[in-house]
Amino acid sequence: MTLPPPGRSLDKEELRRHRRRARRQFLTDSLILWRRNPLMIIGSLIILGLVLVAVLAPFLATHDPFDQILADRLLPPTAGRWFGTDSLGRDIYSRVIYGARVTLAIAFLVAAISTPLGLIIGVVSGYIGGALDELLMRCSDIFLAFPKLILAIAFAAALGPGVENAIVAIAVANWPSYARLARAETLSVKNNDYIRVMRVLGAGRLRIMVGHVTPMCLSSIIVRMSLDMGTIILTAAGLGFLGLGAQPPTPEWGLMVSDGRDFLVDQWWVSTLPGFAILVVVMGFNLLGDGIRDILDPHQRQGR
Amino acid sequence: MGQYLIRRLLTLTITVAGIMVMTFFIALVVPLDPLASLAGPQAPPETVERLRALYGFDQPVHVQFGRYMGRLLQGDLGTSFQTGRPVLEDILSYFPATIELATTALIVAVLVGIPLGVLSAVYKNALIDHLSRVLSLVGVSMPVFWLGLVLLLVFYFKLGWLPEPGRLDVMLLEPPRVTGMLLVDALLAGDLEVFFDALRHMILPATVLGLWGMAGIARIVRSSMLDVLSQEYIKTARIKGLTERLVLTRHALRNALVPAVTIIGLTYGGLLEGSVLTETIFSWPGLGRYLAKAFLTLDLNAVVGGTMLVALLFSLVNLLVDLVYAFLNPKITLTEG
Repeated sequence: MTLPPPGRSLDKEELRRHRRRARRQFLTDSLILWRRNPLMIIGSLIILGLVLVAVLAPFLATHDPFDQILADRLLPPTAGRWFGTDSLGRDIYSRVIYGARVTLAIAFLVAAISTPLGLIIGVVSGYIGGALDELLMRCSDIFLAFPKLILAIAFAAALGPGVENAIVAIAVANWPSYARLARAETLSVKNNDYIRVMRVLGAGRLRIMVGHVTPMCLSSIIVRMSLDMGTIILTAAGLGFLGLGAQPPTPEWGLMVSDGRDFLVDQWWVSTLPGFAILVVVMGFNLLGDGIRDILDPHQRQGR
Repeated sequence: MGQYLIRRLLTLTITVAGIMVMTFFIALVVPLDPLASLAGPQAPPETVERLRALYGFDQPVHVQFGRYMGRLLQGDLGTSFQTGRPVLEDILSYFPATIELATTALIVAVLVGIPLGVLSAVYKNALIDHLSRVLSLVGVSMPVFWLGLVLLLVFYFKLGWLPEPGRLDVMLLEPPRVTGMLLVDALLAGDLEVFFDALRHMILPATVLGLWGMAGIARIVRSSMLDVLSQEYIKTARIKGLTERLVLTRHALRNALVPAVTIIGLTYGGLLEGSVLTETIFSWPGLGRYLAKAFLTLDLNAVVGGTMLVALLFSLVNLLVDLVYAFLNPKITLTEG
C-alpha cells in the first residue's frame, strides 16, 4: 500500500481505491486461512447444509410434517419412512427436515436481538462513562449473576411457552456478555488519537460512536457470537425438551426428543434421531466459531 | 488483597439486592394466573379471589414488592403452591442431592479433563491430541438431555448393566439423614450395600454432566499448557538437564493450572444449571428437577425462591473463584476489580 507524500492529502477517489483494495486483501486472506483449516471447512459445510435443508425443506421432505396418520404410528425406519414415524403417525424424517427451519430461525433471531442490544449498551456505556456507565454495568452484573440457562428458563416460563418467547428469553439472557465485550473494546479505542482528532474537528458523540467506535467492536462481537451459537441452540432445544420452548405440533428438535421419551425402549428412533440432528448442527456451529475466531485474530494473520 | 476482598464483597451485596429485585420482576411478568389453575377449572370466582388475597396478589405492585422484600430479609420464601410446604424447606431437602451429583460430576470432569489436556499439549498433533480434541468438541456440542436418554437406553434398557433412574434401589432403605448426600450418609451409617447401590445409580448422570465439564477443562488446560511450554524458563529448565518429567510436573503444570482454577469454578456453576435437564431425565430428586417442575406449573414462590438461591450460589462460587485466582496470581488485585 502506497501512502501519499507528506503534505498532500488523499483525494476521495484515491481513498476509495485504497479502501477497496484493503477490503479485497482482507477477503482473500480470510479465504486462504479458511482453506487451511479443515475443521472449519467441515463446520461451514454443516451450516451450509443446515441452511440449504431449511430453504429446500418442502422439496426434501417426503411427507407433510404435520400430517397425522394414526394407523401408521410408531413405525420403525424403512425404505419409505427413513426415520420411522412418531406416536401420532407423523413422518420423523420430514419433521427433522422442517425442524432445521425452526433451529435456524431461533439462532438467527437470538443473534439479531441480543448482539445489537449488547453492542449499543456496551458502546454507550463505555464511551459516555460516568453514572450511566455505572448503572448499565451494575444492571448487566445482575443479569450475569444468574446462570444463563436458569435465567432463560425463568423468562421463558414467565413469558409463557412458545418459540417466540423462547427466543426473547434466550436473547435477554445473552445480551450482557456482548455489552461487556463492546464496553471493553470501546474503552480501549476511545482515547486513541484518531478519535481525539474527530472530537477536535467537532464530530458529535453519536457520530463518533456509530461511525468510529462501533466498527472497532464488531470483530470481537462477531467472534463471540459465533462461539455462542452452539450454546444458544442447545438452550433452545433444552427449553423445548422441558416443555417451556416450542409447543406441539412445532417440529422443534428438543421437543421431538421429549415426545419420544415414553417410547424409548421399543421405539428408539423417535427420540434419538432428532437429538442426533441437534448434536450435528451444534458441532457445526462450534467448529465454525473456532475457525472464525482464528481468522479474525490478528496474530493469526501476521503469522501467515 | 484485603482491600480487594472488601471491594468484591461490596459488589456482591449490590448484586444480591439486584437478584432479589430481578426475581420479583420475573414473577411479575407471568401473564397466566397460576392461582386460577391451582383452584381448578370448576372453582367459583370467589375461591380464586380468596386465594389471591391469601397470597397477597390483590395488592398494588409496590405493596407486593415491599412485602416481598420484607419477607425475604426475614428468610421467608413463602409457600410452594404445589407441595404446600415452605419453599425454603423444600429447597433444603432437595439441595443435597444436587450438590452430590454436581460434585461427583466435577470430580469426574477434573480427573479426566486435566490429564487429557496435559497429554494433549505435550503430544501436540499426535493421536491422543486429536482424540482429546474430538472428545472435547463432542462434549460441548452434546445436548445433555439427549445423551442421558441414549445412555439410559443402552446401559439400562438394552444391556442392563446399570440401574434404573433414581438415586437408590426401591428395595433399599435410605440411611439416616445426616448430610442428605446418600454416598456420605451411607458411609457414616456403615451401610456398604447402600453406598455401592447409590454409586451405581450415580454413574450415568455423573458421566452425562461430567462429559460436558470435562470438555471445557481439557480445552483450557491444553491451551494454557501449550502457552507455558513455549516460554523461556521451560527451555532453561530443559537445558540445565532436568528430566522431562520434572520439567512438566514441577515447572510447567503448576503455572498451567492457574487458568484451570477459573474454569473449574465456572464449570461447577455450569454443572448446577445443567442439573435441571440431567435430573429431569434421571428422575433425580434434586433442586434441578424441583425447579423444572416449578417452572412448568408456574409455582411462583418456588420459582422465585429456587431461582434466587441458584443465583446466590452461582455468585458465591464466582466470588470464590476470583479470590482463589487473585491469591494464585496477585497481579489481578492491582489492575482490575
